[in-house]
Amino acid sequence: MNVVFYLSAAVAIASTAMVITRTNALHALLYLVISFLAVSLIFYTLGAPFIAALEVIVYAGAIMVLFIFVIMLLNIGPQTVETERRWLRSSGWAGPVTLSLILLAELIYVIAARGTAASTAPQALIDPRQVGTTLFTTYLIGVELASTLLLTALIGAYHLGQARRELDRTRREREVKFREDAVRAGEPEAAPGELETEKEG
Amino acid sequence: MATVSTQIGLIVASILFMLGLVGLLVRRNIIFSLMSIEVMLNASGLAFITAGARWGQPDGQIMFLFILAVAAAEVSVGLALVLALYHQNRSLDVDEASRMRG
Repeated sequence: MNVVFYLSAAVAIASTAMVITRTNALHALLYLVISFLAVSLIFYTLGAPFIAALEVIVYAGAIMVLFIFVIMLLNIGPQTVETERRWLRSSGWAGPVTLSLILLAELIYVIAARGTAASTAPQALIDPRQVGTTLFTTYLIGVELASTLLLTALIGAYHLGQARRELDRTRREREVKFREDAVRAGEPEAAPGELETEKEG
Repeated sequence: MATVSTQIGLIVASILFMLGLVGLLVRRNIIFSLMSIEVMLNASGLAFITAGARWGQPDGQIMFLFILAVAAAEVSVGLALVLALYHQNRSLDVDEASRMRG
């Protein structure tokens, strides 16, 4: 179990170092996923299988997919085909593949060793039942706070996504109001020019 | 069975945290800053899990769950901000945001 821990710690540190030195954001994300998988294996060896599963599902799954979506949304342009071609070269994926192969070997070792000897079970296993019981008794207020936080984040992200369209709409409304004011003031020759500057701005 | 010492786990956690901090300080791309913050949150979670394993209590794992919720909230709002900032400035440079006016 010690070997698994040290190896996955080394993989985690190496891939995190790669994350902060990459120039391509997607390559960095690939390394970040590897880092989270390695940390998840560390959690397993530390006797937290529930947290290890959550790390894979929420961190390496959901949050990283969110990152990838945003990077894909930002990465629009005529150079996309060339970028794709560059991604298909082996230099882009050789590092992550090597590191994840190490993790796969560790995983196979853990599963294989578990079948033969009981001594390879993680140290002082804390099972999900224990975590759940404590979570919903001692830390109940924390759960409520976390749910409030997530709701706030949901509304905040929705509002920020909406903000641009809202801005356009208020500008259009202001334009219409300006035109009406100009007509009411009886300045027909001044209105069109000012309207154009309003549109440009 | 050979158990992993708490010391080593905390050292690994602090190395990961340091790497995230260096990334946050060195990179100017806002996406990389967010990724570094993720690395730091994850490292602090690792420290909690290590401490929880040391005492054999589930509290460390529960703290990790809360860190997970905070990370998810931070990332969703942060990425929405990145999208808004990119639409406004056509750049992912954080320094561009210093010229922001209400």
